[in-house]
Amino acid sequence: MERKFWLSTLATCNDAHLTSLWEKFGIEVNFTWLRKPEIGSIMCQGKIGVTGNNFNFGEVTITRCQLKTSQGKIGHGYVQGRNKHKAEIVAICDALMQTNKRDFLIKNIIRPLVVGDKNLKKDVMSKSESTAVDFFTLVRGET
Amino acid sequence: MYVAVKGGEKAIENAHNWLSEIRRGDVNVPNLEIDQIKEQLTLSVERVMSEGSLYDTDLAALAIKQSRGDLIEAIFLIRAYRTTLPRFGTSPPIKTEDMVCMRRISATYKDIPGKQKLGPTFDYTHRLLDFSLLAEGNIPKAEKRKVLKEKIPHVLRFLNKEGLIQKEKNNNYQPKDITRNPLEFPANRSERLQSLSRADEGFLLALAYSTQRGYARNHAFVGELRIGYVKVKYNIPELDIEIDIAEIIVTECESVNQFQGSKKTPAQFTRGYGLTFGQLERKAVSMALVDRALRWKEIGEEFVGAPAQDEEFVLSHCDNIQATGFLEHLKLPHYVDFQSELELVRRIRKEYEKNK
Repeated sequence: MERKFWLSTLATCNDAHLTSLWEKFGIEVNFTWLRKPEIGSIMCQGKIGVTGNNFNFGEVTITRCQLKTSQGKIGHGYVQGRNKHKAEIVAICDALMQTNKRDFLIKNIIRPLVVGDKNLKKDVMSKSESTAVDFFTLVRGET
Repeated sequence: MYVAVKGGEKAIENAHNWLSEIRRGDVNVPNLEIDQIKEQLTLSVERVMSEGSLYDTDLAALAIKQSRGDLIEAIFLIRAYRTTLPRFGTSPPIKTEDMVCMRRISATYKDIPGKQKLGPTFDYTHRLLDFSLLAEGNIPKAEKRKVLKEKIPHVLRFLNKEGLIQKEKNNNYQPKDITRNPLEFPANRSERLQSLSRADEGFLLALAYSTQRGYARNHAFVGELRIGYVKVKYNIPELDIEIDIAEIIVTECESVNQFQGSKKTPAQFTRGYGLTFGQLERKAVSMALVDRALRWKEIGEEFVGAPAQDEEFVLSHCDNIQATGFLEHLKLPHYVDFQSELELVRRIRKEYEKNK
């Protein structure tokens, strides 16, 4: 599993889902802050007519932090929104993913989050599919 | 002469206290929770995010509660908060072709790959009040159907293939951020679209409507309207790894407009583009029509003096926070200004009486 993948999963996952998974296992990690959680934004861009030039579309709130565990691993916590606690959990997870806790985390945190998100998207897509229009043509007169 | 006027602190404090009390309303009615606004007034929340130009559902819901449901006041609160945020960077453009669509329709082609999907729309409702909502009625469950094809291609691609529609220009232009650099005229289309994307929905609707009624008519079709989830990417500077940092709901409208042609180039449709945060169909379609109207020069149309063609007029007045700021300041004390005018009128009248 690539770092890009777990960081993406953690950044965009449901806050409550991550917190509940994290608290279930009660992993204690000693760390020092390199950068305490701070709230900011990123400018999100769009593309004119899908293929044209870029334009600035609007901002999205982001929280970020960095920490160093007592094992000397550096964890980056980048998340959507303003949940500082979530950013901290993500940074710790990122640090632990670089240790022998990796398989445990993949199985008990990352995978369940991926499944949770997949189910949510499947739900949206299948509901959308149920609103797909089936056209039929009425023929008038002789054929 | 400048005369400072002091006073009113106590009156202001008491006014704000009453505001808080009246915001709460009858205390026998349960207090409105932020989650209730977020979950049940989603379109208000999305409008506040769009015009506040900040995607954060919690903040938008809070702003709506604080403003007693006055959406422009709520947008004002979001804009004010936005200015306090440090900017961590810029995302590459979102890919709407990868959207997980809730709704996706085309008014130009009936049969399209990915199908016409109506989604959770008000269209086709009879606009009759539903009195069952007064009571906690049964909530019908949304139907589900097996999804065969996940990816939904853009409809205009097909017109593009045949060369029937103008290609979008892409010269890797680096757009200026109008929240950091003041808008200059003539504006580039990128800056125009940033401006329109955060513009007042009502203003855009009125302008778009005016083009439909004949003021700079450009005969629009909704080539495609799609609403759904897209990922926002971000390159983490410390790692140089690009991750999905956020997921947002957006509405995109591509309009197909009046065709153009000359002796040199064969006839081709032209296009307009609308993109907004949230499920804001009315705004996205309006934005596409106004974008198209503003492109008259580039497309080689005549300037007929229509408001929707006038870039300076549209972009200088589409921001409801700028507008309301200037308008509402009229309510603030102008005692001294007015006194001087009063004196002047009295003097003129006196002279008039003398010379009569």
